[in-house]
Amino acid sequence: MNNAITRTTLRGIVWAIYAALGVGIVWGVVQLVQMNGPVYFVQSVIDGLRLGFVYALIALGYTMVYGIVRLINFAHGDVFMVGAFTSFYAISQYGWGFVPAIVLAMVVCLVLNVVIERVAYKPLRNAPRIAALITAIGVSFFLEYFTALKWVFSADYITYRRPFDVVVWNIKGVLITNITIIIVGVTTFLLLLLTFIINKTKVGKAMRATANDKPASRLMGINVDAIISLTFAIGAALAGAGGVLYAIAFPQIWTFMGIMPGLKAFVAAVLGGIGNILGAFVGSLLMGTVDVMVVSFVPGGSRFRDLFAFLILIIVFLVKPTGIFGETQIEKV
Amino acid sequence: MKRRFSIPTWIPTLIFAALVYLAVQYASDNEVISRYWYQVIQFAAITAISALGLNLIYGFNGQFSLGHVGFYAIGAYGSALITKDFGRVPWSGDRIGALSWILAAQMGIVLTLALFRILHIGDLRKKMRSALSAMLRPHECNVICTVATLIIAAIILAAGYYATIGLHWAAYRVLDAFFAVLPETLISPVSFVLAVLNGGTMAALVAYLVGLPLLRLGSDYFGIATLGFAIMMYTALQNSDLVIATMKGARGMVGIPPLTTWGGAFGALVICVIIMRNLIRSSLGRAVISVREDEIAARAMGIDVAQQKALAFSFGGFFAGVAGALFAHLYGFLHPSSFSMIKGFDPLIIIVFGGLGSMTGTIMASVGFALLIEGLRVVLPQGFEDWRFVIYPILLLLVMLLRPAGLLGTREWGWLRQPLPPDRDIPVPQRAGSQGEEA
Amino acid sequence: MTDTILSLDGAALLDIQNLTMQFGGLRAVSDFTMGVPEHGLYGLIGPNGAGKTTVFNMITGLYVPTAGAIAFDERQLNGMPPHQITQLGIARTFQNIRLFRDLTVLDNVRIAYHQHAGYGLVEAITRLGRFRRQERLLTERAQDFLAVFGLHDRQLEQAKNLPYGEQRRLEIARALAAQPRLLLLDEPAAGMNPNETETLMQLIRFIHDEFDLTILLIEHQMRVVMGICEWITVMDFGQVIARGTADDIQRNVAVIEAYLGKQFGKELAADAAASR
Repeated sequence: MNNAITRTTLRGIVWAIYAALGVGIVWGVVQLVQMNGPVYFVQSVIDGLRLGFVYALIALGYTMVYGIVRLINFAHGDVFMVGAFTSFYAISQYGWGFVPAIVLAMVVCLVLNVVIERVAYKPLRNAPRIAALITAIGVSFFLEYFTALKWVFSADYITYRRPFDVVVWNIKGVLITNITIIIVGVTTFLLLLLTFIINKTKVGKAMRATANDKPASRLMGINVDAIISLTFAIGAALAGAGGVLYAIAFPQIWTFMGIMPGLKAFVAAVLGGIGNILGAFVGSLLMGTVDVMVVSFVPGGSRFRDLFAFLILIIVFLVKPTGIFGETQIEKV
Repeated sequence: MKRRFSIPTWIPTLIFAALVYLAVQYASDNEVISRYWYQVIQFAAITAISALGLNLIYGFNGQFSLGHVGFYAIGAYGSALITKDFGRVPWSGDRIGALSWILAAQMGIVLTLALFRILHIGDLRKKMRSALSAMLRPHECNVICTVATLIIAAIILAAGYYATIGLHWAAYRVLDAFFAVLPETLISPVSFVLAVLNGGTMAALVAYLVGLPLLRLGSDYFGIATLGFAIMMYTALQNSDLVIATMKGARGMVGIPPLTTWGGAFGALVICVIIMRNLIRSSLGRAVISVREDEIAARAMGIDVAQQKALAFSFGGFFAGVAGALFAHLYGFLHPSSFSMIKGFDPLIIIVFGGLGSMTGTIMASVGFALLIEGLRVVLPQGFEDWRFVIYPILLLLVMLLRPAGLLGTREWGWLRQPLPPDRDIPVPQRAGSQGEEA
Repeated sequence: MTDTILSLDGAALLDIQNLTMQFGGLRAVSDFTMGVPEHGLYGLIGPNGAGKTTVFNMITGLYVPTAGAIAFDERQLNGMPPHQITQLGIARTFQNIRLFRDLTVLDNVRIAYHQHAGYGLVEAITRLGRFRRQERLLTERAQDFLAVFGLHDRQLEQAKNLPYGEQRRLEIARALAAQPRLLLLDEPAAGMNPNETETLMQLIRFIHDEFDLTILLIEHQMRVVMGICEWITVMDFGQVIARGTADDIQRNVAVIEAYLGKQFGKELAADAAASR
């Protein structure tokens, strides 16, 4: 068998496969667009990206905490829920405006997460990872069911009152609301703020150092415990903001609202590469888009949303567990 | 090393088991306890079976699985589909409809897996990969290898599919003949036993398949992945009416013949305990445990870690399936809410409480758990459901923080204990400098 | 470049050619070549981070080499999973003792016999067939083995409760119980005082003779290596920098430099030149 000929034939096959894939994807997209019209398609994409931005706020918390203590903070989605509820009470019962409400939510969630970290996670820092994971799951359930008690938040679905009126713009059939603008705006602002903190401040440098090597950071004089708490705090603040924005977009809140967005944001973080901030953002946008597209285009899709999210998770785990931007880690033997 | 004479451990254990069985049976027959509590006690036994399965996977093998409730559900719904056929109105057309398909499907899947093994697909892939990587760039090689593997896999799967259809034809004939000659009174119990066994094997098979890609993931990733599986199973159950009408999706499946009895549940528990104990106290069990202790060292000792994980996971799934089947036939109806995520934590809480790696602890904790839940239901009926799930996680947290080893740690009682090596005089060779200094 | 083999007994039992290990940007092992003949007692030394354990990990299949070939008894080992390599006859100990800590001393050794257990799943569960006899045989062999190493008194203790020196001995015993032809010892004398080290050296010599083994030893402590190894390969920065007998190595300039720095190397070279 002549090597050169085989090589060229095989190369040819590879290009044929690539071409087929490309054609397939294009055909698929065309089908989607044609199914309900281009307006519907663009609307879905925009709504998907909007949801992705909200997921990003949650995913960042997951990814930052994992990067620094290798813990999957299961309770993160429930912190998101607390943010939504806090702003609800602020707006409905005390008549607060949008900005004060979101700031309050961020502060409350920040404090909550730091308390959780100190009480439940810190004692287990040297325990096997599973112990910490089980504890995180326990905290998550506790938050959900405790707040579901009648005298706390109650288990009902509560209609959220938006702190401002909705304005809708119609651009060639595609509806864009001020909610979308606000979500994108607030998220972008917070993300830029976060990037600035991490890359340009001393505290950010300390966070990066601690994520990289804890003992060495301690030796360099960094207060590792404080930095870890700070990471939890920042993650929670973002999630709290996410909760407010989510509630504004989908104005119905209940104490279990955090489970699915939390898990999906986690999938997004894994997809992008857990521990990687850019990855969390990209992964979230992808995740949000897929989530909304499933509902929009798959018949009966709203019953299968969650299934798709986990399918993505399983595929990521099988193909490249470290995610899009992640680096493979070799265990030192 | 001298030991006092002692009774073989299985005798006290057997006596204890017999007493427990007789006590409950008597209490039920003579109405010392209400039917309600009779069912609760059976539920305790069922919970113990499921928890033992999870303890095998997590306590002994060290794989943190959050998907156990998924296998429980498979056993429950699968077995229910079989026995419902034997009711007054078979839902699938005739009474062996579901059973024949289920048997055929399982055999078909096993056959397909065997085909992959026999044809050495794994080695084929490796050879293809190494042959191609010499000639092509890595990503090109990847593409061709992946597509080629997919094509081969599709062919084998198609073969398996047609084989299943053929197997169904055969299974149907065999079952038909079998049930035709079976005396009338035996049909119900036999169908029940078959349903329970199939519930177990279905769950075990799914566990094996799910484990193939997932078990190689590390500790918490495996937990999240299995959690994903459990959630997918839950979603499937809620929408099951789309595929099989009689499962009725989120409305719940009804009309399951309530065939579980105390004798049946307890008997199943005893058998499961025997299987598990014999497995653990053997070389295979030691290999399974070594994977938990140190995977890398286990590999270095010649142990096929992947195989041990698959073994533990499949057996754990089997137990869960059997437990699910017994559960389905306890109350006669099934609702997806029994298989939700938070319900899935019951077995985890139980084994952590009882002590990971302790069969005795698991059984004790299961019984305590079942009785406690029902007890709480009586004591605080108002808001019981609300508080129940608030207390669960608090208890879990307390155990994790204060006593992670659980109640019994790894201690066992009676026959379940690690058997001592037989008494013998060990020949100690005399060798200069062999004793050495001991610190 | 093949290694000069001391004895003329035949081909090398372990034949490593141009082995390379690259972790992303870091080249841990570079063009490593070495041959170990049957019944040899060879040493592999070098400063910390030289790549010695990485070589072991590649031999035992824990890492897949980026390039190069490893042959054991003329069989290619590249890409073989670790448990298969052990079943072929290579066993090892680890730098930071990897015992099965919660298991008993006896169980640690019994696990090594798992590959030769002699019964399968069904027999284990039903306790029929060969189970009782094989299990008893297995246990007896394990106990006899422990006796050789002086550990049979502690057979029912948990491995984690043993003093450090005994843990090391247990790990070596466990590796031996796997009936290897080639034994790889990764820094067995780590953390030992001079007395313990002396006992260890005797132990290694003993098992080498008694069990007819081939041994490859990584060690940091000079006296251990110089005392028992027939032939020594020295590594630094992932590469071989010297080979030879203990005497050769002690006088080798490159080796001195690697361990003590260029200063001493120069002084040694100057001394050597002056004394000629």
